[in-house]
Amino acid sequence: MTALSSLTDAPVRLPAPLAQPVVDVVDARRSFGDHVVLDGVDLAIQPGEFVALLGRSGSGKSTLLRAIAGLDAETSGILSVPTRKAVAFQEHRLFPWMRVQDNVALGLPRAGRRAAAAQALEEVGLADKADVWPLTLSGGEAQRASLARALVREPELLLLDEPFGALDALTRIRMHALLVDLCRRHRPSVLLVTHDVDEAITLADRVLVLADGRLSLDLTVDIPAPREPTLPGFADLRHQLLRELGVELPAL
Amino acid sequence: MATVTAPLPDRVGRPGVAVARAARLGRGWRRWISPIAIVLLWELASKAGWLDPGTLAPPSDVISAARELLANGELQHHLWVSLGRVVKGLTLGVAAGTALALLAGLSRLGEDLIDPPVQMIRTVPVLALTPLFILWFGIGESTKVLLIALGTTFPVYLNTFAGIRGIDTRLIDAARTLGLGRTAIIRQVILPGALPGFLTGLRYSAGIAWLVLVVSEQINTTAGIGYLVTEARGAFRTDVIVMCLVIYGLLGLLTDFAVRTIERRALAWRPTFVGV
Repeated sequence: MTALSSLTDAPVRLPAPLAQPVVDVVDARRSFGDHVVLDGVDLAIQPGEFVALLGRSGSGKSTLLRAIAGLDAETSGILSVPTRKAVAFQEHRLFPWMRVQDNVALGLPRAGRRAAAAQALEEVGLADKADVWPLTLSGGEAQRASLARALVREPELLLLDEPFGALDALTRIRMHALLVDLCRRHRPSVLLVTHDVDEAITLADRVLVLADGRLSLDLTVDIPAPREPTLPGFADLRHQLLRELGVELPAL
Repeated sequence: MATVTAPLPDRVGRPGVAVARAARLGRGWRRWISPIAIVLLWELASKAGWLDPGTLAPPSDVISAARELLANGELQHHLWVSLGRVVKGLTLGVAAGTALALLAGLSRLGEDLIDPPVQMIRTVPVLALTPLFILWFGIGESTKVLLIALGTTFPVYLNTFAGIRGIDTRLIDAARTLGLGRTAIIRQVILPGALPGFLTGLRYSAGIAWLVLVVSEQINTTAGIGYLVTEARGAFRTDVIVMCLVIYGLLGLLTDFAVRTIERRALAWRPTFVGV
């Protein structure tokens, strides 16, 4: 960890003096019975920074996200998290008994929430679906509605728990472009939990790997956007990350 | 439902058109053929003397009995009394079942305190409590209404409770991340989520309400459909008895239709599985 902390403390893209981190996690610990899932995780996310968190199934990445989202009081070490945060999950988790726009507007202050929801749906290209029931949406549409519901809150921190994991490859590419666009406009800090290495490199400023309850790798992605797997440096990063995740590839 | 797939020549009287129209009306009407045939057969058997009217009156007699009782206003009176009992009992029962389910469903303490006694009482057939209820509440209206109320409490309780506990915790997590507090989560997530269960319970309860009514109306009444039956039995009027049975059936159908209409409205969000 000591070798990594120098990396963590020096995000290249930030203006000096260093801003106060939006998320500050120090020595996060969580176990389920005898099974230790988080074994001392340190994580700081800067304002506007896009961080991707990789890990194998069961590595505890979702546990960490849930803890930061405030859904798990048992995890220690979550020092500061903004109150204005929003989550989009792998399953869209729209409430089936509310129309799409009511799902998006849920929990917003009464005044102006309809207009805000309409605008958010417009932004994700779902203006014409505002009045339909969620169960009639396709997978991609539902996930876009879920993104709209998160972004309409103008979050300082956007937490994404494998939001594109269940989508087909083409829809996923379209969703990536949409997410990049939305982030450029709203500039939230983002923590994206994923097991898709390419997705992490394509979207994030910084990619972390969670293994054995600790962050085992912390890489800054220095590839200019829009990022394509063919760009120099991409394959190298992918190689490094995959190896950290236990996938050995033939040498480049 | 059969629908016309191929365009047919639009010439009246042509067999193609008739077939198309038959296909369009098709199944809806087809389902009436056998019930009507049975009624006709029954009438025929009576007219031919194979069926003694003392055993079972022919449909035509049943209809004239209904006419007679409608004309002198008796049927309306008794129907109204019976309907009133069901409405009162069902309202009480559904309210009690819902209240108990909410108390038990929304808190562990509530569940531990409420669920065991409810589950125990539930195993006793409601009608077996009739003698006790008569001792407690007399032979008047209260006994009938309260028996219906008790019988209808349990299906609503069980299904609503299961509905509340069956809500996807992931949805509750999502609601929490949207900043909803406890009250808002109950109102926006738990109650709508438990609604399908509640409505299933309501449908069972509506059926039970009529069942309990039939039995409780046969004991010491001076009004109601059950009273009509008892009176008709004394006078060997099988036509009136059959008429009352038909009315019970129609009332059951009507309540089922009412609940299904509520379901269709309230659960419009749910795409219905219509078969494979």
